[in-house]
Amino acid sequence: MSRRQRRLALIGSALAVLAAAAALVLTALRDSIVFFHPPTEIVEKAIAPGSRLRVGGLVKEGSLVRGEGRSVRFVVTDTKTDLPVSYAGILPDLFREGQGVVAEGVLQADHSFRADSVLAKHDEKYMPREVADALKKQGLWQHNGADAAPSTQ
Amino acid sequence: MTTMFARLANPTVFLVLTRRLLPALAGLTALLFAAGLYLSFAASPADYQQGDTVRIMYVHVPAAWLSMLIYTLIAISALGTLVWRHPLADVAAKTAAPLGACFTLLCLLTGSIWGRPMWGAWWVWDGRLTSVFVLFLIYLGLIALQRTIEDPGQAARAAAIMAIVGFINIPIIKFSVDWWNTLHQPASVFRLGGPSVDPTMLWPLMVMAAAFLFLFVTLHLASMRNELLRRRIRTIALLNSRTQPA
Repeated sequence: MSRRQRRLALIGSALAVLAAAAALVLTALRDSIVFFHPPTEIVEKAIAPGSRLRVGGLVKEGSLVRGEGRSVRFVVTDTKTDLPVSYAGILPDLFREGQGVVAEGVLQADHSFRADSVLAKHDEKYMPREVADALKKQGLWQHNGADAAPSTQ
Repeated sequence: MTTMFARLANPTVFLVLTRRLLPALAGLTALLFAAGLYLSFAASPADYQQGDTVRIMYVHVPAAWLSMLIYTLIAISALGTLVWRHPLADVAAKTAAPLGACFTLLCLLTGSIWGRPMWGAWWVWDGRLTSVFVLFLIYLGLIALQRTIEDPGQAARAAAIMAIVGFINIPIIKFSVDWWNTLHQPASVFRLGGPSVDPTMLWPLMVMAAAFLFLFVTLHLASMRNELLRRRIRTIALLNSRTQPA
């Protein structure tokens, strides 16, 4: 082994150890790195009412009810579990039924969610309006909103 | 192959070659930007849900790609410094760091401007945004470290070690949107199953990406020339001060 090869091997093994350490740290911190929790996770983990968190999913079709002033009610769903959300404030432009959404607020005792901020989440697809219309016409539109609906992993 | 590479990487050959190459590269960059800006801001269609706001993508995405590409280049150069002790490797790493920091900042700023109307927030601490912010801090740290240690050889080695350690962050940035729930959407171009960007928008994006890439190559080569000449002057000054004591 030449000196260069030895140096290369040393750097390679140091990097491997470092990568393993980073992987362990990131795995351990997973719960605080995730930006939001899908409704199913909130039920499964039996998160206590009164805790502050972000819930993310799709705005369920047909669930949006506008109240007085700027107050709205809607249901966030990950297609398995629904969570009713109430909110008073300005909604982002992209907010609509079927669209991905992340709401931050407090879980209530009656297992609803009181949001004090609502963010829209969009998917990774970009296309002109005509293409979107054509896809819808041909019935090829696969609108899963955003991929905010979490994959089951 | 190795001998050709070694010849190109000889500092003197590098200086001669880049002096001839730079005007052509600058011209090509200007042409690509002219075409790219026209395609992305005039000729390309608005997005079906984001409208004209989607045009921020044509600056944001190339800046984001470059921020990671430049860091990868710095990490490879760091290997060149530590393993092969090549004189040009540290020159490349040292001059790439400020450029990388600039493109990362551009990515963060345009992303913030894009996030406000679309998501409803200038900034959130999700996996993608946070890891790119960490990349920006690593760039700043590298720049500081390269300039803190006076001895060039020591500075090069210390910065190279930091650059390699910091490289861990690059795959984290790339896969942050797959590993964790984030507000940022997953990859649109470099993804399994091909790009999810319509061709009428993908082409302008690619031309802009090429323009950004050539802008970086031009600036980097010019900056490397300056750094090489600066080091030569330093060496000459050192030799002079030794031969004729004041």
